[in-house]
Amino acid sequence: MTPKQQRMLSVGMLIVGLAVVSTLVITSIDSAGDFYHDIDVVLAGEYPQDRSFRVGGLVKEGSLDRVPGSLELTFVLTDTVNQLPVSYTGVLPDLFRDGQGIIATGTMAATGVFIADEILAKHDENYMAPEVAESLKKQGYEVPE
Amino acid sequence: MYPELGQVALVIALALSLIQGVVPLIGAHRNDQPMMSIARPAAVAQFGFVGIAFAILAAAFINNDFSLQYVASNSNSQLPTLFRFAAVWGAHEGSMLLWTLILSAWTLAVVLRSGSLPLDIASRVIAVLGLLSVGTLTFILFTSNPFLRLQPSAADGADLNPLLQDPALVIHPPMLYVGYVGLSVAFAFAIAAMLSGNLDRQWARWTRPWTTAAWVFLTLGISLGSWWAYYELGWGGWWFWDPVENASFMPWLAATALFHSLAVTETRGLFKSWTLLLAIMAFSLSLLGTFLVRSGIIVSVHAFASDPTRGFFILAFLLLVIGIALALYAWRAPGLDSTAGFQPTSRETFLLLNNVLLVIAATLILVGTLYPLFIDALGLGKVSVGAPVFELVFITPMLPLVFLMGFGMHATWRTGNLDAVWRDYRWFLAGAVVLGIGLVWFVYGRPSILTMTGGVAATWIMLVSLREPLRALAGRVAMTRSAAGMHVAHFGVGVFTLGVTVVSAFGLEEDRAIRPGQALSVAGYEFTLNDLGTGQGANYQFLRGDVTVREDGHIIAELAPEKRRYLVQESMMTEAGIDARLSRDLFVAMGDPLGDEAWSVRVQYKPLVRLIWLGTIIMALGGLLAISDRRYRVRQKQEKPSKTDTLAKASH
Repeated sequence: MTPKQQRMLSVGMLIVGLAVVSTLVITSIDSAGDFYHDIDVVLAGEYPQDRSFRVGGLVKEGSLDRVPGSLELTFVLTDTVNQLPVSYTGVLPDLFRDGQGIIATGTMAATGVFIADEILAKHDENYMAPEVAESLKKQGYEVPE
Repeated sequence: MYPELGQVALVIALALSLIQGVVPLIGAHRNDQPMMSIARPAAVAQFGFVGIAFAILAAAFINNDFSLQYVASNSNSQLPTLFRFAAVWGAHEGSMLLWTLILSAWTLAVVLRSGSLPLDIASRVIAVLGLLSVGTLTFILFTSNPFLRLQPSAADGADLNPLLQDPALVIHPPMLYVGYVGLSVAFAFAIAAMLSGNLDRQWARWTRPWTTAAWVFLTLGISLGSWWAYYELGWGGWWFWDPVENASFMPWLAATALFHSLAVTETRGLFKSWTLLLAIMAFSLSLLGTFLVRSGIIVSVHAFASDPTRGFFILAFLLLVIGIALALYAWRAPGLDSTAGFQPTSRETFLLLNNVLLVIAATLILVGTLYPLFIDALGLGKVSVGAPVFELVFITPMLPLVFLMGFGMHATWRTGNLDAVWRDYRWFLAGAVVLGIGLVWFVYGRPSILTMTGGVAATWIMLVSLREPLRALAGRVAMTRSAAGMHVAHFGVGVFTLGVTVVSAFGLEEDRAIRPGQALSVAGYEFTLNDLGTGQGANYQFLRGDVTVREDGHIIAELAPEKRRYLVQESMMTEAGIDARLSRDLFVAMGDPLGDEAWSVRVQYKPLVRLIWLGTIIMALGGLLAISDRRYRVRQKQEKPSKTDTLAKASH
């Protein structure tokens, strides 16, 4: 091979590689990434049926209910107007508390309860994830800056 | 102390960086000695004034000057002194000041170490770094001034985020920034070479140690962040594919590709235009990382605050830097490449494959990080891309990389000797298959195909990295420090790979409920919660669990996981109790009270997790060893211009 052919081959390899990889990433995001949905949209039944997704809102005051002595718990997630019951088994994040903006990842059960595998509360009490802030604004709630 | 003086110092530094950035460039263009000579003193003075500004801000933190808005928002009089100092870079404004300080410190290092460089090259490099300083100083003064006064001043501060009150925070951000910003030196060398139109092997020899040095810091910085997340975020993961982690990992991959490509350019005078492109790419990815983090465009632990002005400024700066660099590249690169060839089995080919795979890996992370922003902007939904996606695709370029590495590092330049390499190393490969699968199976139980592959890859690269250094130690072959550094760093890759493989496959993590006096069993270890006690730390109250760990009835560790309540911000923090050994970590973190005295706890067994950080430390040591090679030091002092010319001719 002449040096010129070598260079063409390398550039060709790189371009093909980049194209393959980008396609791979984008298709796996489409199939394995977790999309975010507002509470009202979820309640209207417009959520992916057979895969996990994310939903966000505020933890409704006083809604946290534990099975005593166990890791099973339920709480209500609200966008200040609509309410979604959530069940979760495990350790809650440090910043989980009444009125805190959180994001839950999981699936909808036929009973209308959201089964969360993961609860995210951000590491700063004054900080609210933009998705959650937008969900609340949609319901006419003023999010403090 | 008057904080306004800090602002004045920044304005003077800006003026100096303008002089440093503009005058020497014109001088180099006109071949005007006096104008070029301004570069060095201007850079030294610029460093001095940025240093003064930084010292004034640090003093304001240490002396609790809550008349400064930035201090009042990020510190508190109860905060221990060490953390008051680290709080300087605990939020946006101070981080940017630290960024600028480190940029001028690298510039100072270039000034001090460039005595042997031709004046036009040295002054161009320093000037490009000066122009970058103009950008960051303008950014600080117009959008992120840490010296703004608060009227009236606060009685006390709002405190540093408790998550950041940790010794690792004192070193993680500076270390990471030294790495990030250090890539600007390679970038400046690339721009200088394109401006002069002259890129020879000597150029690669100058650029290489700077790139490796930045890479060493970047490696340690990322590793420290990973270690900090492991114990301080409380939940035992070591890498989350968080967008900000990705932002630091992309320049790392590009820098790794860059110094491998520089090796080819230095030794053989090949890959010149590709090396330039990588130098531009590595630094652009650093800037992109800064943009992603500072603009608040991504949701992350590290996103302090979102301010559109700041985002626009950094984006404009980023586009300007990349635009100018690529325009120069389009103009200069086509004439650079030599016509020398190499055989398909030579080391050049392996390094080319290394570069292709590393660039693919970086692209993969770039696409995964930016694609969600892209579809959100199109209104197609908000998607989070986490570990499941990245782990799936990231292995694709990485596994071949690790296998090829073992052959490539022993292949000869130009002609290639794959037959000989195969003859010498096939038994190593056989040994790696036996050891990699056998040991993992014997110690941890039946591995999956992926785990076997990881075990073989790790063993393979460790074995082949040992042979030459051992022969050199026995006095049978001579080895330069540069080569020794390569072997050491590659051995580190193997150690790291083994850690990742084993902890991903055999790590256990269980959430349980427990009462004082009860015990639970995970991975054959028995964890007993003896008691719960309370106490008071410097600026927090804590509840501490007293946990005894037994193996086969013998006590092997006492752990003290804590739940802390930081008093100023009233926020809860989890401090895990960890028994760390090379072979495994045992990890207990307290969750929340469940009623009836019961607590939720997360108990983890993490086999070989320490190898992950140990591997990165070995990689960094390899880098340091490579930089200390004689040829970089001796040439710095003795090189005469005539020799440079000969080398330059020889490479064309």
